[in-house]
Amino acid sequence: MSQAIKQPRIVKIRENVLKKNDMLARELRKRFQENGVYVVNLVSSPGSGKTTLLTEVLTRLSNKYKTAALVGDLATENDAERLEKSGALVHQITTGTVCHLEAQMIEASLKQWNLAEIDFLFIENVGNLVCPSSYDLGENIRAVLFSTTEGEDKPEKYPTIVNSADVAIITKIDLADAVEFDKERFYESIYKSRPEMKIFEVSAKKDEGIDEWIDFLIKEKNLLGGQSIN
Amino acid sequence: MHELSIAYNLVEIAVETAEQNHLQKVDVLHVKIGVLSGVVKEALEFSFDIAAQGTPIEGAKLVVHEVPLKIFCPNCQKMHVLKKPIPLVCPECRQRTGEIVEGKEIELYSLEGGDVLEPSD
Ligand SMILES: [Zn+2]
Repeated sequence: MSQAIKQPRIVKIRENVLKKNDMLARELRKRFQENGVYVVNLVSSPGSGKTTLLTEVLTRLSNKYKTAALVGDLATENDAERLEKSGALVHQITTGTVCHLEAQMIEASLKQWNLAEIDFLFIENVGNLVCPSSYDLGENIRAVLFSTTEGEDKPEKYPTIVNSADVAIITKIDLADAVEFDKERFYESIYKSRPEMKIFEVSAKKDEGIDEWIDFLIKEKNLLGGQSIN
Repeated sequence: MHELSIAYNLVEIAVETAEQNHLQKVDVLHVKIGVLSGVVKEALEFSFDIAAQGTPIEGAKLVVHEVPLKIFCPNCQKMHVLKKPIPLVCPECRQRTGEIVEGKEIELYSLEGGDVLEPSD
């Protein structure tokens, strides 16, 4: 039943619809900073080699640092199991039908850990290049991953996520020749949405570029200050 | 589809604001969606009807205003509106720029409504 309105009015609001998430993300960022936790949010399509790369990164970092990983999955997959072998603290967030992680899911998952004991936290977002882009998780850096097998034009099909990211990583770079991956065109495709973005080229299989990515993260973490076990 | 989650946030803010401003009934919600916000208009419209069900603003109409990308070119020292979201290149001097002024927002802009003629209570 529709009711008639007396003296229609307009109320100006101008409110960010995701303000609740953004406010919580800001709080999380402050907590991370206070506890000396450097946080990386990894976004990619499924099959980009994200878990393989993360396992390798966690294994190497765990020699010197205390590491943790939060893994977002639509359903129960064995990503978390694979990651645990690295020596990192691992927790899986099963999102059900939700295609992205939100700040409140991160906050809830952190309750089981003592943040002061963690140096690096990696958040493996749910595998898709659309939904995670709007949600700040309190991370220090957002990395978007593309594998050479996805083709060099893929970044320009997802301008929002590329623009929201701080760095890009090309995975499976060892396959570049085999799949005729045009690196120059890939860089151009990234720069269309994010001019001058830093791009890493890695291969977990051939151990290429991984140390460079890790060194970059350590440097960024040290720039922020906070606590360190070393 | 993250638009459903966005729609729930939208409804929550709208209901709160309507209450604070003593709008007994909300007819229209105006929302601004940037072309680089990652939100698909049709998906948000569809999701809104679901999210509004059973709330005081059920039946209100959602009007989505798409906001084009506005960039600042450090070379021209001017703002420009781009016809397409990418490439992020100055339309005048072709300089690349990452300085986005508008076009990423997901904003509840305003509500239209008022008091109902015959309150049910
Ligand atoms: Zn210019």
